[in-house]
Amino acid sequence: MTRNPQINRNGELTHLLTLEGLPPAIITHILDTADPFVSIAEREVKKVPLLRGKAMFNLFFENSTRTRTTFEIAAKRLSADVINLNIGVSSTSKGETLLDTVDNLCAMNADLFVVRHSQSGAPHLIASHLTQTGRTHVHVVNAGDGRHAHPTQGLLDLYTIRHYKKEFRELTVAIVGDILHSRVARSLIHGLTTMQVPRVRVIAPRTLLPTAVQSLGVEVVNDMREGLRGCDVIVMLRLQSERMKGALLPSAGEYFKHYGLTAEKLALAKPDAIVMHPGPMNRGVEIDSSVADGARSVILPQVTFGIAVRMAVLSIIAGT
Amino acid sequence: MNQEQALPDAEHALATLVLRMGGAVAHDAALVGIYSGGAWVAERLAAQLPGAHPLGFIDVSYYRDDYEISGLKANARRTSLPFDVAGASIVLIDDVLYTGRSVRAAINELFDFGRPERIELAVLVDRGGRELPVEPTYTGARLAVARDLSIVLSRDPDGKLAFGVEPARRRERAEPRAR
Repeated sequence: MTRNPQINRNGELTHLLTLEGLPPAIITHILDTADPFVSIAEREVKKVPLLRGKAMFNLFFENSTRTRTTFEIAAKRLSADVINLNIGVSSTSKGETLLDTVDNLCAMNADLFVVRHSQSGAPHLIASHLTQTGRTHVHVVNAGDGRHAHPTQGLLDLYTIRHYKKEFRELTVAIVGDILHSRVARSLIHGLTTMQVPRVRVIAPRTLLPTAVQSLGVEVVNDMREGLRGCDVIVMLRLQSERMKGALLPSAGEYFKHYGLTAEKLALAKPDAIVMHPGPMNRGVEIDSSVADGARSVILPQVTFGIAVRMAVLSIIAGT
Repeated sequence: MNQEQALPDAEHALATLVLRMGGAVAHDAALVGIYSGGAWVAERLAAQLPGAHPLGFIDVSYYRDDYEISGLKANARRTSLPFDVAGASIVLIDDVLYTGRSVRAAINELFDFGRPERIELAVLVDRGGRELPVEPTYTGARLAVARDLSIVLSRDPDGKLAFGVEPARRRERAEPRAR
């Protein structure tokens, strides 16, 4: 098996599993490709025939509404057929292994798998299996695996940042909150460092930071007021209470007091700073409603851009 | 096929095209250039033809028939048609007419914006070699070229157009992928 299973022999992106180790040229190519796809939504027929005849299977072993829906919309705007599998109540609960499920779906002529799984590495396992069995015309997109990666979210965050800030190389970006449980944070950090953003800051209490987070090339700040100073971009993360085992925090109210983004804290960042959130957001826990709905919030444009970015990823990998 | 035939002068072909279109094209017809060479020709025609012609641009990347062979073309542009396509009289404009496949793709794309009243086709040069039943309504020049050569339009910083010749790009895969 090759060292980077996302890239084929011709150096093209054939699966999207993680942003870690992806060359900047490929990231730029995806963002550039997404750009004209944004305008498809404004057409009378919100569709182009690029993936006509291809079948995309949404394999979600973990709940998601936004990501699954936006992948479905992206595939439909490219004229692909979309099959949604509710894995929780299907074969897996009857004891079928992941790779047996994949083989069965390949026998139904699948062209694309969009995979979300609570186990880190599941999409990688599927991609390796497809390569080893010679099915190079079937492609995998990681839609979130455990705490590992969520590359299309990272890419849509990069697209949003580039849309509002134009250039990556002068920016200070703060990622605030539950870094420990966040695959979104990991993917975004890899994306930002690859695109040579000079200052990436993570702001969180010590209990919500992974050990050795500095090794990812970020500054660590525990005090939010100190961390927000001079920021161009603020990315708020959801407090993932459902993944928390044990007492990492005193209470949601206490968390909001120290790490919730309020108008008063936002005033410490640059006057033109933008506020992002991957959703779903907990109002009054990590973000105040006045900020979430305020003029600096680009949270809803993120969702719209997410469709175009996923269209770009699907159309690039399915063409290899 | 005469491979020694000289390339036409692009500016001369444009002048010929303006002469042939002037008076024949509806005064309110929209001019739609196919990226990238056709877009340059469309801009020039919009400035030179009598009448007020809405100007649009079309990128046919998502409608091409060779996605299975060569994947998605890099650097697709936004299609921009700032007029109502439904009921419009449209002149599609391209720099070089060859197989007719780009024109087929462009017509399909136009119909996703609405049902035009009429579509005509204007090309700066027709090099023959059609693989689809597509014929231009207006032609600036004709030329016979060997299949292994591409005719490429370029535009210098002053906006002057010129034709050049390049070896035809080889398709990345000879056959569509087997399943």
